[in-house]
Amino acid sequence: MSAALPAAAPRGAPRLRLDARHVPLAVTVGLLLALLIVGGVRYPGFFTLQVMLNLLIDNAFLCIVATGMTFVILTGGIDLSVGAVAALTTMISAVLLRQHASPLLVIPLVLLLGALYGGVQGVLIERCRLQPFMVTLAGMFLARGLCYVISTESIVISAPFYAAVAQLRVPLLAQASLSVGALLALLVVGAGAWLAHASEFGRTVYAIGGSEASALLMGLPVRSTLVGVYALSGACAALGGVVITFDMQSGYGQHAAGLELDAIAAVVIGGTMLRGGTGYVLGSFVGVLILGVILTLITFDGTLNSWWTRIAIGALLLAFCLLQRLQGRGGRKETR
Amino acid sequence: MSGAASRRWRTGSQPLLWPALALAALLAINALFDHGFLVISWRAGHLSGSLVDVLNRAAPLALVASGMTLVIALRGIDISVGAVLAIAATVAALVINGSSAAAATGGGPHLAVALSAALAAAALCGLWNGLLVVGAGLQPIVATLVLMVAGRGAAQLLAGGQIITIYNASYADLGNGFLLGVPIAVVVAAAIVLLLAVTLRCTALDLFIRAIGCNPAAARNAGIRAGLITMSCYVFCALCAGCAGVLVSANVRSADASHAGELIELDAILAVTLGGTSLAGGHYSLAGTLIGALIIQTMTAMIYTLGVPPETNLVVKAAVVIAVMLLQSPHVRRGLRRLATRHVLGEGA
Repeated sequence: MSAALPAAAPRGAPRLRLDARHVPLAVTVGLLLALLIVGGVRYPGFFTLQVMLNLLIDNAFLCIVATGMTFVILTGGIDLSVGAVAALTTMISAVLLRQHASPLLVIPLVLLLGALYGGVQGVLIERCRLQPFMVTLAGMFLARGLCYVISTESIVISAPFYAAVAQLRVPLLAQASLSVGALLALLVVGAGAWLAHASEFGRTVYAIGGSEASALLMGLPVRSTLVGVYALSGACAALGGVVITFDMQSGYGQHAAGLELDAIAAVVIGGTMLRGGTGYVLGSFVGVLILGVILTLITFDGTLNSWWTRIAIGALLLAFCLLQRLQGRGGRKETR
Repeated sequence: MSGAASRRWRTGSQPLLWPALALAALLAINALFDHGFLVISWRAGHLSGSLVDVLNRAAPLALVASGMTLVIALRGIDISVGAVLAIAATVAALVINGSSAAAATGGGPHLAVALSAALAAAALCGLWNGLLVVGAGLQPIVATLVLMVAGRGAAQLLAGGQIITIYNASYADLGNGFLLGVPIAVVVAAAIVLLLAVTLRCTALDLFIRAIGCNPAAARNAGIRAGLITMSCYVFCALCAGCAGVLVSANVRSADASHAGELIELDAILAVTLGGTSLAGGHYSLAGTLIGALIIQTMTAMIYTLGVPPETNLVVKAAVVIAVMLLQSPHVRRGLRRLATRHVLGEGA
């Protein structure tokens, strides 16, 4: 498809013309820049490197979860269980650490459990042909419920390893620094982008999102990829939960409340179509940053209340959905 | 008619059979562990007993789920009902407090104003959802996601981030009072659902909804005004959520913009699927939805009667959702049937 496009373009057309598929991503990046400029002009001290890096540090867990969610949405599915899985991760970590388990054992274990949890949901969706929405909804109930079965109270994590990781800052230039969580987020986004655009797994994901029936007919490993996508999302949610334990130093059933909505919003704002097949991991990363900038702007302003965040996110969601819709119409007209 | 019905019973495809059996089983378990569970007595001028309690608590959910049934029958979904519920509750609380501050008489007209304001706000939300789905052609889940995210923010904005306490006694009666011995919440829910059922039965609306749900394009070609009907269903769903918001806020005598109706969208969808309505659209059962809502509430009551810690409520709910989904899945059914026949054949040989 992409190889055929330049040939189809009329001769002498400007080379800089945006590919229609890149419009949502371009709008997303443009919006991020605009928000940053507004912030920089209105609030002194906004345009410092550390404020920018704090965007990443404060939203590291969301970056990680949104990356996993991008893959799920690219296949045309949805994963509502991510927030609950992250909360369950913090809970299991806290309980194991209270029993003096080694953090180096606990972290791989919870990641594995997250992948397993997502994988089981994937099997239910793929083998039993159940709706992703319903399966992951049940998964959300189950994971949150398990949190409360473990304990209704918050469990403090007192392992020195977690305290050390939380305080560790990786210095960058000009006295600015990044946290371990932020580095993990960058790593996950990088790996996610590679996986989506340069691996067989990623190509199958896009193919399934385009048309599952065609992907099956093409002989692509649709079944294992679908299960893999949900396992990946579960593992990302668990890693997000690990980053939350670094930040919070506790396990609690109400951690990461509403995380699934923020992640879906970030993915949609990042230009990924909810019906699957189109979108970018990097777009979701930018989407997370936009959500972060809005929060930061509201904090810097000081007169706006936190509920404006929700209204702003809702408005952005609407704007991007309408944009995608317009684009979808335009695209269809072109092909006809 | 009766022949067809009995044939359906024999083939086991009677849609209400399984939900009704599940409800009966849950009630039986409750009655087994709490001998007074099924007893309804007349105390202090009204009906009282565990069953009345279950009905009373299930009323808001049953309302929301009834509206949701229509939307799901049209291949849609409305995940904004929780936010709409919060908006309606907040608007009602603001109006009733404002008017009772002006005139402390607390008479009927103020109540009517508050109720109509709440329902108008809910209808507006429904209209918004309908416009996004029908007018802009967005996927229902995305279109209602917008209001789900922004709606709670708007409700908090209206309430100024506070939980509004309601002092009006007649408003509080809506959630706590009794009419002829029956809880008013149950009367309200029953009246609305009955009205809906009669409308569906006595007009072609039922047929139209099924037609649109089965195949929207074909329905449109057949001359059904699919857009108008879809739009009205979203408005009706929001109105149901608004009524539920009034009942919920009246019951606790306060409107909590950030937590009122939290997760009710999920419970409502669960009630609808438990009742045998397919999420794929076209086939729906209002009676099934009511049974589904009762199942959810009876399950909650059961957790208390069994003395299981209430924290397990979510886990039990999840287990039920998964079990019901698996039982409804044609793939799984086929697999089970194959397994059963193999078993029978194996025993025969």
